[in-house]
Amino acid sequence: MSGAPAVVPALPAVEEIKARIEAAVAGAQVAIIQNGSPSAQHSMVLDHAHARAVAEFLRDDSALRLDFCSLVTAVDWLDAETSEKVKVKKMVAGPDGVEQEQEVDEVRKTKTPGYLEAVYHLFSMEKKHGPVVLRLRTANRSDGTHVPSLTPVWRSAEFQEREAFDLYGIVFDGHPDLRRILMWDGFVDHPMRKDYVPPADDILETRAAEVRS
Amino acid sequence: MTAENLAEMEEVAGPGEILEVSMGPHHPSTHGVFRMDVRLDGEKVVRLKPVFGYLHRNHEKIAEKGAYLASIPYTDRLDYLCSMTNNWGYVLAVEKLAGLAVPERAEYLRVIVAELTRFQNHAGLVGFLLQDMGASGTPLMYAFREREKILDLFESLSGARMMCNYMRFGGLRVDATPAWLEEVKQLVGRLPRFVDEFEALLRGNEILMARTQGTGVLSRELAINAGVTGPMLRATGVNYDVRKVDHYGVYDRFSFRVPLGDHGDVYDRYMMRILEMRETVKILEQALRGIPGGPVMDPKVRLRGLRPKAGEAYGRIESPKGELGFFLISDGTGNPYRYRVRPPSMINLTVLEDMCLGQNVADVVITLGSVDIVLGEVDR
Repeated sequence: MSGAPAVVPALPAVEEIKARIEAAVAGAQVAIIQNGSPSAQHSMVLDHAHARAVAEFLRDDSALRLDFCSLVTAVDWLDAETSEKVKVKKMVAGPDGVEQEQEVDEVRKTKTPGYLEAVYHLFSMEKKHGPVVLRLRTANRSDGTHVPSLTPVWRSAEFQEREAFDLYGIVFDGHPDLRRILMWDGFVDHPMRKDYVPPADDILETRAAEVRS
Repeated sequence: MTAENLAEMEEVAGPGEILEVSMGPHHPSTHGVFRMDVRLDGEKVVRLKPVFGYLHRNHEKIAEKGAYLASIPYTDRLDYLCSMTNNWGYVLAVEKLAGLAVPERAEYLRVIVAELTRFQNHAGLVGFLLQDMGASGTPLMYAFREREKILDLFESLSGARMMCNYMRFGGLRVDATPAWLEEVKQLVGRLPRFVDEFEALLRGNEILMARTQGTGVLSRELAINAGVTGPMLRATGVNYDVRKVDHYGVYDRFSFRVPLGDHGDVYDRYMMRILEMRETVKILEQALRGIPGGPVMDPKVRLRGLRPKAGEAYGRIESPKGELGFFLISDGTGNPYRYRVRPPSMINLTVLEDMCLGQNVADVVITLGSVDIVLGEVDR
């Protein structure tokens, strides 16, 4: 690793990386998520069945060599309800009692189920490029919170996946030692989730209320 | 770890020969509240599991509930020895997220305060490492003498010695006066002598050599795979410094070298710090020579009520401990939807067990010391 390379090879665009993944790993499904911020760090959502194989490809491919998994974290996306106003043609009774066709505003609600998401930021120490952002999504936020672990590919995910398990409740299948890391073992619930309600632990106020009653 | 594993270990070592020791959370060598569950066969370490969380305050949740500006003083408390670099990591991520530009004078001042921070961190670390080895007091006080001068400079610049809260996205909170820059110049002129003295004091010490050389060896491949960064990575010979790779700020304008080790042992890690202090002095001299005039804050930036467009950004810097990164997701509102710190101290601990297996229990202390952790950042 000695000697400084004068020209840093540019990282291929995310579309090209996707094409390479699909050529190398048969059956892998990759979806690109565009990033609207000026940073323009776009990401790729992987399917669970091929995630490990894709990760190994990205690490070992001679052009990409993403040997350094810098950041592993989780994001909680709540169930979302979006409502939009739609103009609908309907038969409406007019003032004279005769039904007429009219345009009426109607509010339509669409529910998108929430999910948890594990995010991996990859860099290359050899090629000195990055980041390539990977995302793994769980089926939902309640009983289907499994994603495959990438710790067997990058050791740096070991503690960070444990943290995502601890604070978000994502279960990483294939992690060698999946335990809580920051909260204590007897703790229930996952405090970084968006709908987490902290316990009423204001002891002084409770005592004061007891005294008053 | 289950009972079967203990039985397996006892099969090798003999019944009743495995001793379980809980090092910490109140142990001077852990530099805070940190615990290691160690299993020993005689003096030899056969298993080591770090236990975190004693200082956990869910920093990330607090930041997600506050405005973008409100998190800056909170980042001071992550690695409380290096508040300036923590500030920089965070404001850099916000600048990437919102696409903000920074005036040139502010970029130079950022380099100056960040390199002063690196210097005092490395000096302190070497002092603590020596302290852990039994050189009580003297080396640490040498380091603290210099650190004190740097903290005085921080105080006159930002109003606080350690919790500086100095940087803002789009620039800096206050400008430095010419008198302050003159004081820094004078201090930087004296620093090489301190490094010489410090190094001579330690390098000729036979006990130090015997204790550190060949202790806590980390291989190059494992270091890369485990995401180890900072001086600890470079001690294994991997040339990776975010200042050189990303050229964030104005680091591409300075000529400095990235010191590399070869063996990846405690001695190399300690030498990395000494050599980096020398390079830091070089950067400081160039930055002080080249600092331009002008404003230190972009007046168009809305500090209060910043609402970046929906999107995400990962910004990172080379902090004294390694790659410090911040990952932010904006949903278009005034506070981040997701705020995540990439703590170098914690990720560097991933390999602590690998470095300590087969070592004497006394060497665990100096191996941990050479990782350079601050629990405010590990536990967040």
